This record gives sequence, C-alpha cells and structure tokens, in this order.
Amino acid sequence: MTLRATVVGGGVAGLCTATELASRGVAVTLVDREKRPGPHACSWWAGGMLAPFCEGETAEEPVVRLGQAAAGWWEGQGVPVTRAGTLVVTLGRDRQELDRFARRTHGHCTLDRAGLAELEPDLDDRFDRALFFSEEAHLDPRRALGHLRDRLPALGVQFRTGKTDAHGPVFDCRGLAARDALPDLRGVKGEMLVLHAPDLRLGRPVRLLHPRWPFYVVPRGDGVYMLGATQIESGERVRPTVRSALELLSAAYALHPAFGEAEILEIGVDARPAFPDNLPRLRQQGEVIHVNGLFRHGFLMAPALARMAADLLCNNVRPELMNEDHG
Amino acid sequence: MPVFYDVEVTSRLMLGTAQYPSPKVLAEAFWRSGAGVATVSVRREAGGERAGTAFWDLVRDLGARVLPNTAGCHSVREAVTTAHMARELFDTPWIKLEVIGHADTLQPDPFGLVEAARILCEDGFQVFPYTTEDVVLADRLLSVGCRVLMPWGAPIGTGLGLVNRYGLRTLRAQFPDVPLVIDAGLGRPSQAAEATEMGFDAVLLNTAVAKAGDPAAMAEGFAKAVEAGRLAYEADPMEPRDMAAPSTPVVGRAFLA
Repeated sequence: MTLRATVVGGGVAGLCTATELASRGVAVTLVDREKRPGPHACSWWAGGMLAPFCEGETAEEPVVRLGQAAAGWWEGQGVPVTRAGTLVVTLGRDRQELDRFARRTHGHCTLDRAGLAELEPDLDDRFDRALFFSEEAHLDPRRALGHLRDRLPALGVQFRTGKTDAHGPVFDCRGLAARDALPDLRGVKGEMLVLHAPDLRLGRPVRLLHPRWPFYVVPRGDGVYMLGATQIESGERVRPTVRSALELLSAAYALHPAFGEAEILEIGVDARPAFPDNLPRLRQQGEVIHVNGLFRHGFLMAPALARMAADLLCNNVRPELMNEDHG
Repeated sequence: MPVFYDVEVTSRLMLGTAQYPSPKVLAEAFWRSGAGVATVSVRREAGGERAGTAFWDLVRDLGARVLPNTAGCHSVREAVTTAHMARELFDTPWIKLEVIGHADTLQPDPFGLVEAARILCEDGFQVFPYTTEDVVLADRLLSVGCRVLMPWGAPIGTGLGLVNRYGLRTLRAQFPDVPLVIDAGLGRPSQAAEATEMGFDAVLLNTAVAKAGDPAAMAEGFAKAVEAGRLAYEADPMEPRDMAAPSTPVVGRAFLA
C-alpha cells in the first residue's frame, strides 16, 4: 500500500521534506498559499551558506555534525553547490576575535597574506591573516528552492494552495506561522542586502568578525553579493531599519572599498523560526508532525530534518531531533 | 544584599541578556549563577507591533528581577521614549538609563544623561544611570533624583576591568551610602572580585558571560567571585606591606640583623 502524507508549507523545510518523502515513494500533497517559492517564505532571504564548522562557534553540536551532510544532499537533488570553502577575516584592531573563533571551531587552517591572496586575489593587501574552512560550501537559495519545487511534480507530488483535507499524516513546515501550535517558537529578525559589485571578484563566502556586528558576504555569481545578516530578538517580519543597513553596508565597505560603488539591488527582512535552544526538531502533536525551528540553519539543516521525517514515516525510526530529547 | 530603591535583590551579580548563543543558554547562565537582576534592551527589538514579545517572555521567566535598559539610545528624547515603552512592557519603574555620547567607545554622554535622568525621575521612574567614575557627574545625577549609580569599569564590551581604580575608589569614598554597581567593561571574574572587594555593591555584565565558551560556567564563576570580593571587603583585609612577616615567629635569629 502506498504511504500518503501532507506537507504544509513550501519554504525550505517543506520542500526538502516533500522531496525526501516523495523520493521514498510516499504520495505527497504539498500545501502552500503560493504556487511557487517566493518572498513569503523566510528561506527566500537566506544566505545559502553550508557552513557547519563556522556555525559551530555558537551552535550546538548537532548542527555541526548533521550539517556536514547538507552539501551532498543538495547536490544529490541536482542543485548547483559551490564547494569552495569559507574565509573568516577580521579588521586589524579585532585580531583577538579571529583567535577566539579559531579556538571555538574546527575544520580550518590559518592562511597568511600570500595564502589568502592565492584564494581571493581581490583581498590581497586587505588582511594579513585569515581562517579557511575548506570543507564548507554555498548555494543560491532562491535557485535551490525553485529547483526543488520544479522537480516535485515528476516525483508525483500534488500541489494545493487553499485549504485542503489532509491525506495521511501531516508534516507541518510552516515556520513562524506555526506559532499558533508551538508556543515556544519565537521569531528572530534578520535583515539582508543584495548588491551588484561587478568590480569585485570573490569566489566564496567571507565572514568578517566584529565584536558588535558579525557580518558575512555570499557571492551569488555575476558580481551579485548577498550581505547578511542581523539577528534581533524580535518576531517582526517587516521594516528593515536604517541602522541595520548602515551596519551591514559599513561592514561590507570595511571588507572591501569596492562595495562603495556597488548598486543596492534589494533590502530584505524576515524573521527566522527558532526554539529556545536554537536547534531545529520534529515535534509530534497527535496526527501532526512539526518540522520547525530551523533558525539561521535552514539550508544547512533542512536536509537532515527531512531525512528524519521520512525515516519516521517510512521506517518508524525515532528521529534524533524529536520533541525535547536532545540539546 | 544590596537594596535598590527599597528592593533588596538576591545576588550581587546582575546579568545582561544579549548575545547568548540561545535563550536556553541564557536561562542556564541565570540558573547556575543565581543572578538577581536581568537587564534587557527594548529599543531595537520593539518593532512595529511589540514584535519582541516572545523573547521578553523568556526574560520574564528567568526568575530574576527585570531591569529594562535604553541601550542604543544616543539622545535624551530617544532614551526617555524608550524608558516609557519599557515601563509599559515590563510594568516596572526601574530603568537602566544609557545615553551614549560616542559611537565608537560607547562612552556615556554626561550632559544628556543628567537631563534624561531628571526628566525620568520627575516622571516617577527609578533610574539606574550608566555613568563614568566622575564624582561631579555622580553628584549631579544624585541631585536630580537618582538613588543608585552604575559607573563603568571600562568601555562596554572591552573586558579591560577597572581601568581607573583611583577614580572608582574616590567615587566609593565620596558616596558611602549610595548603592554603586560596576556596569560594563568587566571581562573576568577576578576583575569582578576586585570591584566588590573595593566596596562596590554589585556588578553588571553581559559580554563576558554571553561570549564565553561556556556561558553558564562563566556566570557561576562571576557569582562566586563577587561573593568572594564582598566577603573580603566586609572582613577588613590586611594592608599590603613591604616587609615579610612570618605567621609563626622565627626563632634563633637576631631581630633587625
């Protein structure tokens, strides 16, 4: 007998869950208020860094361990993934930040000026020391979401945009909208910018450590760069502020003055769904299984959560990140 | 334990709530340290429709008395508006008043601080001003109605400890009856112990705990340090001296040889 399931929510959690279930032969109905991934989903605004080791600076251990499989999962779906690593740098007076970051993470080596210039010629003379996380990767989140969406019909997934009767168990992947059922879920506001800086060539994400404003830039190709991201304890999903834009743009300018002449293509804002330990998890409530709390780790952790959801439904395997049994 | 505006707090350690890896880690830091007061910023989190509610609920649940602050305010009007919002949100007359005068060092603006403190005290707030160790400024703040002062140890987030010991000692000596809290600039428990050993009533810190590799352990370390320092202060410590003084008499040697 064919297993059936309904996935509610078409952001990164919903699309990954639907993909993983459908790949294992489950007849999936995906419900989202829009036909295609777009700005209504928090993952639309993501950076797309697959950086489990860097995230280990503050994230709990499961993020570092489970996140390492993310790049392979995305490649397995046919999504282009750039495996070029991550660079971490700091301005001269914040040198200790780099030492602290190095102590709290693993999977990196230290580059001197020449080593950095070899990887990123445009950063030559800007920094005399950098950490290089060679095993990390990045992808273009919007392209990845669109790609998953477009593949689902071939996997037999049905789409519904309105209210619909559930077929089989429901995987609720609505992100922050599921606060009605998950009282401990909160929003963490993030603001980002997209710039076009054709004069600058960066081949991989660069993180600039700063005691007040942690900052990263992710290349999207063709001279387009995503700058991210603020992290404010607020569920507000609108109203990117001048202060946040100033912080992000100042950091970009400090990273490389060529950003001064860049064109601002976009200023984005949304709120990430997070549980109190900032770890994602599945949570069962009767017939509904929530897949939520991906915080700033949507593209990094959604594949692992999707696998757990499918293991639970297809093989009755209790997921590692289930309810409160971890962290 | 220190008394702030007729309220006796439960610990000499006060903690900020920003920059922790997660709210769960924040809660562990409070639980392990027994910190009695939690400061929380409202300026940036408020948003259009009280969007910070979920996090503020977590702060209320920490089991500590909430001291909202005006972090991020650079003008009198901004600080006063933020204080009003905080009073409404947390239903408390307490406000930690920050009026930042310099964007890079985050040094308090002494003139704006006195003005904002005057307005808020007249309006019934119980103001905890974030100030420098300047004695004249302290006097002005007290004269407009403040009954607690929070001098810095060093600029916010630097972890440099008590950079002007002379100034802080003078402040303590000048205002023996005013609760004084060292706010900002502490990086290690030894520096916090030094503050309470000098007679400061409490310390407030955030970065040193939130950015530690194990925030909960660091919070506990600070809690023990402030108690150690306070015990020493109350125990009337010996004065340092140049000559060695054996605690058991040395026999068989001529004195002053």
